[in-house]
Amino acid sequence: MRLAYTEDQELFRDTVRDFLADRCTGTDVRAAWAADSAISTRWAELAKVGVTGIVVPEEHDGLGMGDEELAAVLVETGYAALPEPLLESAVAVGLLAEFAADAGWLAEIAAGRATASVLLPGRRLAVEAAAADVLVIGLDNGDLHVTDPGACELTAHRSVDRSRKLYTVGFQPTPETLVASGAQRALARASNRGALGAAAQLLGLTRRMLDMTVDYAKQRVQRGVRIGTHQSVQHHLANVLIKLEFARPVVLRAAYSLARDLPSADRDVSMAKIYAGEAADLAARNCLQVHGAIGYTEEHDLQLFMKRAWALGTAWGDAGEHRDRIATDLLGDAPAPSTPSF
Amino acid sequence: MDLEFTEQEQEFRREVRAWLAANVPAEPLPSMDTREGFLAHQAWERKLFDARWAVVSWPKEYGGREAGLTEWLIFEEEYYRAGAPGRVSQNGIFLFAPTVFEFGSKEQQDRYLPKMASGEEIWVQGWSEPEAGSDLANVRSRADRDDERGGWLLNGQKIWSSRGTYGHRLFGLFRTDPEAQRHRGLTYFMVDLAAAGVTVRPIPQLDGEPGFAEVFLDDVFVPDADVLGGVNEGWKIMIATTGSERGLNLRSPGRFVAPANKLIDLYKRDPRPAERDAVVRAWMDAEAYRLFTFGTVTKLQAGGAIGADSSINKVFWSEMDVELHATALRLLGEAGELDDGDGGWLDGYLFALGGPIYAGTNEIQRNTIAERILGLPRAK
Repeated sequence: MRLAYTEDQELFRDTVRDFLADRCTGTDVRAAWAADSAISTRWAELAKVGVTGIVVPEEHDGLGMGDEELAAVLVETGYAALPEPLLESAVAVGLLAEFAADAGWLAEIAAGRATASVLLPGRRLAVEAAAADVLVIGLDNGDLHVTDPGACELTAHRSVDRSRKLYTVGFQPTPETLVASGAQRALARASNRGALGAAAQLLGLTRRMLDMTVDYAKQRVQRGVRIGTHQSVQHHLANVLIKLEFARPVVLRAAYSLARDLPSADRDVSMAKIYAGEAADLAARNCLQVHGAIGYTEEHDLQLFMKRAWALGTAWGDAGEHRDRIATDLLGDAPAPSTPSF
Repeated sequence: MDLEFTEQEQEFRREVRAWLAANVPAEPLPSMDTREGFLAHQAWERKLFDARWAVVSWPKEYGGREAGLTEWLIFEEEYYRAGAPGRVSQNGIFLFAPTVFEFGSKEQQDRYLPKMASGEEIWVQGWSEPEAGSDLANVRSRADRDDERGGWLLNGQKIWSSRGTYGHRLFGLFRTDPEAQRHRGLTYFMVDLAAAGVTVRPIPQLDGEPGFAEVFLDDVFVPDADVLGGVNEGWKIMIATTGSERGLNLRSPGRFVAPANKLIDLYKRDPRPAERDAVVRAWMDAEAYRLFTFGTVTKLQAGGAIGADSSINKVFWSEMDVELHATALRLLGEAGELDDGDGGWLDGYLFALGGPIYAGTNEIQRNTIAERILGLPRAK
């Protein structure tokens, strides 16, 4: 019994962490806010570290890793608020690898020359659909299509997090775009990868907001004392750490279950999304409160992480959707109330 | 990662489960905080001990099985799953014993551990005093040297001593250097509660039973043989014990997973949709606690220590426990106020409410988290 990453997994994660600390600063995230697409030259650099090809099979020049390694890396991209659609590409890669490996996209994505966008059943918003080179669309009936985004009617939407370039997609399925039918299981799995990936990023975002705020509380002096000496401030931040430390093993277990396709994977992933989402939500609120007015400004970097946290809290299934899924699993269709027994 | 149990661990689980199925009393024992219940719980401990289930992680020579941490977790899961009686000896076997193993002499270990394991001697906590609750360093009870008899004379007052009403021996801190301040000059003593000069006054708890007591000491003689560790080194030794209390030892996940599953049954029997999310929450929190514990065990097995992380742990389980039982009472509706209601939920709720208070209040734990883990400056 061992609930922790292996040394190799940690080593890879640390490499990505170092890269992002250098190449994805608050200024870089702001540049993505201002641009039409958040995909920059950094995508090709990420490819050199292996990040874009994490889950691309080795025969297509990827690292051939799975959900555990992906989640480990996504915690780091969350910490840095990386604006590139790494998760969306990874979800698309899973489907492309299973049903359209010969279309050539996998090696292109691994090499950092292409990005993918994805739209799964039940969702309406596709991240970076306009800039992506390929769009993977799953329909409610289990059909899977792979299409050129240029052939779709894209309508841009503005996210609270301006680095997330969102689109609704008008799409006419054709026999040419269809790559698989009856792919419900694969689509459900892809959906779980998305939720797990969002959860992992939310962990990183929580840690980032907490780190920033601890630093601030150590330095900021009011009425002659550092505000971090106040118990009210200490308890705000302690509560965030408690949420984070209990979300962490929940996300780890979800990655473990999904990587092995365990029967509990749906439930485990939903729990991960809920716990990480709550940690990030509390972090956003408490860190904003501790920062005070300066945290309420656009010029302070806290907003970059708060807004990413809010966006990822709703993306890939919000808390209510995931709670419903767990409730159905645990409680089933509850029978009619019985008469009191006393 | 590897979340599978080994074949050996699964075999261990089957063995525990089978024994418990054959031996757990069909009817719950009376409260361990009544005379009758205390004796019944002691008899149960003896039964566990005779089958070598009382202290599975201890060395064989003291009645254990040298079980590893994972097996201990399995034992606990099965124990609470089976609805087995609460552990009247828990302050001894879970809180005090780790300290005896680490700081006690071989002679002390031989003298005390077997009777602790069999439930023959029930140990009582002697931490708090009227002026030393969460601020334990303010201990005022003192021990003065008695060279003639080769020991110490103890004077003072301990309070909130769990199991004090019917228990046999007390462990706690006394001031041996009256000149020293705060956490210096304290020594760890083991006190026979039957000794001359000891007066025990039971204190009924929220549930009406005297689960803890006040212990008055008036020139109580304690021989040198009952000093644990070095004179004036009590604080360091105590830290080891409270670490176990907040951390893993006192509250294994099995203790919460079992009632969380009972809660689901309760909901299914009489669903109140307004409580659905609270039921799901209780189950998820118990599961999260189980996973968190797996992480802790992983860390410990790799040679790491728990340290201040135990404060994170303590806040989580104590607040989860309150919510879990509060949810059950809401599910019971009108029956929620009945003291003789099914399932012992009200008793469980009253017990759970103590969690955020004992073993260091959650306010103190949050200060510890902020200062020792997050590195914030000390609170004024």
